[in-house]
Formats: sequence, C-alpha cells, structure tokens
Amino acid sequence: MDNAAGLLASYEYLDSTVDAIKALKKAGFEKIKAYAPYPEHHIEHALGYGQSPVRVWTLVGGLTGTATGFALTTWTSIDWPLVVGGKPIVSIPAYIIIAFEMTILFGALATIIGLFVLSRLPSIKPPVVYDPEFSSGRYGVYVEGSRQRLEEARQIMNEQQPIELREGELYD
Amino acid sequence: MSLVPEGPTARGAVPHPDVHTYDEVNRDVLRALETPGKGWWALLAVAAAGVVLFFSAWGWQLYKGIGVSGLNSPVGWGVYITTFVFWVGIAHSGTLISAILFLFRSPWRQSIYRAAEAMTVFAVMTAGLFPLIHVGRLWHAYWLIPYPNSRFLWPNFKSPLVWDVFAITTYFTVSATFFYLGAIPDIAAARDRATGLRKKLYQVISLGWRGTDSQWHHFGKAYIFLAALATPLVLSVHSVVSWDFAMAIVPGWHATIFAPYFVAGAIFSGVAMVITLVVPIRKIFGLEAYLTTKHFDAMAKLCLLTSLIVLYAYLSEFFLAWYSGEEIERTAFWNRLFGDYWWATWTMLVCNGFVPIMLWFRRIRHSIPALFVISIFINIGMWFERYVIVVTSLHHEYEPFAWGIYRPSLTEMALMVGSFCWFGFWFLLFTRLLPPIAIAELKEVLPAPTRKKTGEAY
Repeated sequence: MDNAAGLLASYEYLDSTVDAIKALKKAGFEKIKAYAPYPEHHIEHALGYGQSPVRVWTLVGGLTGTATGFALTTWTSIDWPLVVGGKPIVSIPAYIIIAFEMTILFGALATIIGLFVLSRLPSIKPPVVYDPEFSSGRYGVYVEGSRQRLEEARQIMNEQQPIELREGELYD
Repeated sequence: MSLVPEGPTARGAVPHPDVHTYDEVNRDVLRALETPGKGWWALLAVAAAGVVLFFSAWGWQLYKGIGVSGLNSPVGWGVYITTFVFWVGIAHSGTLISAILFLFRSPWRQSIYRAAEAMTVFAVMTAGLFPLIHVGRLWHAYWLIPYPNSRFLWPNFKSPLVWDVFAITTYFTVSATFFYLGAIPDIAAARDRATGLRKKLYQVISLGWRGTDSQWHHFGKAYIFLAALATPLVLSVHSVVSWDFAMAIVPGWHATIFAPYFVAGAIFSGVAMVITLVVPIRKIFGLEAYLTTKHFDAMAKLCLLTSLIVLYAYLSEFFLAWYSGEEIERTAFWNRLFGDYWWATWTMLVCNGFVPIMLWFRRIRHSIPALFVISIFINIGMWFERYVIVVTSLHHEYEPFAWGIYRPSLTEMALMVGSFCWFGFWFLLFTRLLPPIAIAELKEVLPAPTRKKTGEAY
C-alpha cells in the first residue's frame, strides 16, 4: 500500500459533513473517519454505528465487583471467626453494603478501561493531518484509499464545499 | 443565516440567547484560563494561608496528641465528624447534577455541571481528611484497609465505620474518574488553543483526544454507564454516612429516617454550595451568557424542594420523639430545642427551614445577590445541623452521670476553618487549569450550523 494516502476535509456545516460521508460510503470508501466538536448522532448514523461494546466491560466489571465484595467479607470472617454484636459470623445483610460499593467501583473502572481500549486512548503521538478547529466549531472527514481512488474522493468532498482540503496520512 | 434559537431549542434546553456559535463557546470559556486577575491571586493567597493554618493545626495535634481537641467522654465525636459529614454532604449535589440530571436529560445542567463536579471531587478530598484527623493516631489509619497482616486480623465488616471507608473511597475514585473523563474533550479544546508549556500539559492530560467518530461513540456510552453507576452510588454514600449514627442506640441517632434525611440534606447543602461557588465564577470570568437567571432559578427550585424535605424530616423527628412515649427519646429532643445547645438547633432550624421559604418567590429566585446570601445561610445552617446531630445526642445520653458539655478547642476550629481554605485552594486552581464550563456538552444544546435550511432535521 505504498501509494495509499489520505484526504482530510474541514467543513463548516453539519449537513455538508453528513452528506459527504454518505456520498463517500455510497462510492465504496471504507476507511472513513469523522471529526466533531461534540458527540453528533447524525454522523454516527451516517457511518452506521451499532451498540458500543463498552457495556460488556461495565457488566463484567460490575459482576466481578459484587463477587469480590461478598468473597472478601465472607472469607475474612471465616478466616478469623469472631462473634461481633451478636451477629452471625457471616452476616450477609451487612456485607451487601461492601458488595454494593465494590460493584460500583469495579464497574466504573472497567468502563473506563473498556473505553480506553476501544477508542485507542491514550494516543499521545500527534497525527500528521489534523485541524485544531475540530475541537472548536468545525467538522471533519478523513478518508483513505489508493491514489486513483482518492481523486474520486476529492471530487465527492469538494462537492460539499470544504473550508480546507488537505492531503496526507493520519500517522507516518 | 441566523442561528439564534427562538425560545427553547429543538432539544428542549434552557436557551442561551447570547451564545450563537461554537467558536464563541470556546473563546468565552477558554478565556478563563488566560492570565489571572489580581482578585484571583488575592483569593489564592488567602486560601494558601488557610492551608498552612490547617496543616499547622493538624501537625500540632499529631505532636501533642488528641487531647488538644475538646473531645472527651461523653462527647467523643465533635467538630471533626461534623465537618466530615458536612463536606461529604457538599459533594453530593455535584454528582446529582452531573449524573442524575444527566440521566433525566435535565435541560439546565450543561453549563453548571463541570464546576459542580469539581466541587464534588475537592469536597470528598476535604472530607476524607477528617476521619484521619479524628482518629488521632494517624499512623494506625491503614488498619482500616483489609490486607493480610501479621496479626491475622481483618476489619470488622459488620461495622458501619468500615462500610464508610469503602463508601468514601469508592465515591472519591468514581467521582474523580467521572470528572476527568467528562473533561477530556474540553482539555483537548484547550490544547488546540494553548501555546508553550500549557500546550504540553494539555497534550498529555487530554490523552490525545481528537474528537473522532469512534472516540465520541464509545465515550457517549461509557459516560451513560458511569452516570448510571454514580446515581445509586451517590444515594448510597450518604446513607452509609447516616448509618454511622443510626446503627448506634444513642437517642437522637437511632432512627430509620436517617438515610433519606441525610441524602436530602446533602443535596440541599450541595446545591447551596454550587450557588455560592458559581456566582463569583460567573462574575469574574464574564460568563453571564452561559449561566443565566434561568439556571439559577432551576437551582433555587432544587434548593427549595430539598429544604422542604429536610424541614419535614426535622418535624417528623420531633413528632416521633413525642409520639414514641419514650422518656429518653423525648428528653433528647426537648434538650435539643431548649437545652445547652439550643443556639445550634435554632440556627439550624432558621437557616434550613425558614430562610429558604423566600425561594418561593420568583423575584428572589431571579435575583443573584439574594440567592448568594441565602446560599451562605444554608451552608451555615447545614454545618450546624450536623453539629446538632453529633453533639447534642452524645452529651445527654441515658445515664445522668454520663452527661457532659463539649466545647470545641482552638485546634478544632482552626482545622474546620482551614478545611474551607483547603477546598477553596483546589477549586481556585481548577478554575485556571480546566475549562470551568463543559464546552462540548454546551454545544450539544446549541443548534448545529447547517448550510441548507433543513429545519428540525439537524
């Protein structure tokens, strides 16, 4: 893929961006990346996103937390059995609180780890083509393909009147 | 073309009629991070002096021993526990605004929640120090952590004090994570405008966020799940704090109403603190267009609602003490109103029960100076509420020979005052280092720029 490259267009308007993505998809481009200053569901729709697998991370993390909470409290009670306050050695009602807190803790941490894994964060290395206005008011569309295919992409992207159109690969 | 919304926008948000474009949001909010004014430095100097006072007083207590506090039999819990509960309570409304109101798609939280979340994180940081101060021998605090040790002993998981350790540490971890995650896109926005050393700093802490489709997609889902986890957490934390009291058989503590009563009180005090903090931020950084009277009106209504719940809890406590027919319980509550600590109880009742009645009036809810003054009354009242619960209950228990009077010592007062400075110190640094208003989320409630006039479609 040595003659493969990418094109990055900056748009001022949301509808131009969505139209450009739709047209690129229609023309058969697969490596499309969109930029937005805030979560924009129209862009996600245009790119055809389904459910995010983050939820699996949350569920597994939460359940692990519940199990850990009950296991820790029960095992430590049995390890050194001591009657406290006339309660049974293993007092499930009291341990529910610990198990609950650990559910939340593990669930939250797993969600964050899942997010980082799925969205490839942190990525400190700065990309070659990027428009700092993407975090302010502009939308962006980036597409990859072979040289000939990119000429086609350039035409499609120009149809929506970008503020800027740059050539270059995302990372070298 | 005009992007100014007429009335509420399509997404039902509280309109920001003076905010028109996305660029404007970045410019206005990120301006807060530029060269600080003299006022900010003056406040920081005061806060730093208070932090020195705080650690000197703590150091003094560590050197001389817990005897320098006024704690003694029968009142073993005093200003330290009062201040601990106060700060945990303050923390709660931050999570309420950022998580619960997020799940309910509340139309007014966007411009307030970043400051409220920062308040939560710093308030838990402050609260977490007080149990360590209170235990006196700080070097034994690690005994609360369950780890295999040479004594073959484990913490007593049946004790509410151990539940509290788990609740508070979980709360701090989750709220700090939630705060940081929400701030990542805005730190990236700050990075894209900053220069020099600041740019390097933001480059690292924004974790290379670029706002790509896949990042936003997973971010949105992760944020919802974190909010869904934080919602029961916030309700549980202050319930657990209330059980520190309610699980004991002390008259005035041993009540089933305590968990909901504490949660309502926590949200009440927290919203008041948000008002106290947001009013100066709005003024200093010129964010009037983002924090409109409608936002303050909504917060004032939340204050009013929770003040009514709190007043109801006070009245039902008094009623149930009388209705129980139990001599000790009746005495405890009579003693609250007319005993040695009558002044604390009446401060609590006036500040929390009667001053918020003014919030019924729209004119007061729309007057920012009035709200600021009322919020300070509530802060004072809520500190006294915890003082009343802790001290009046302990000083007058069952046996007359175990009755006694507690007077806070200078060291305790220094630590209490210093805690406000410690909190303020972090909050002041926050206003200069992170965008004080959530930039990305605010854009979600502004109408998107479109080329074709497609109306509601975009």
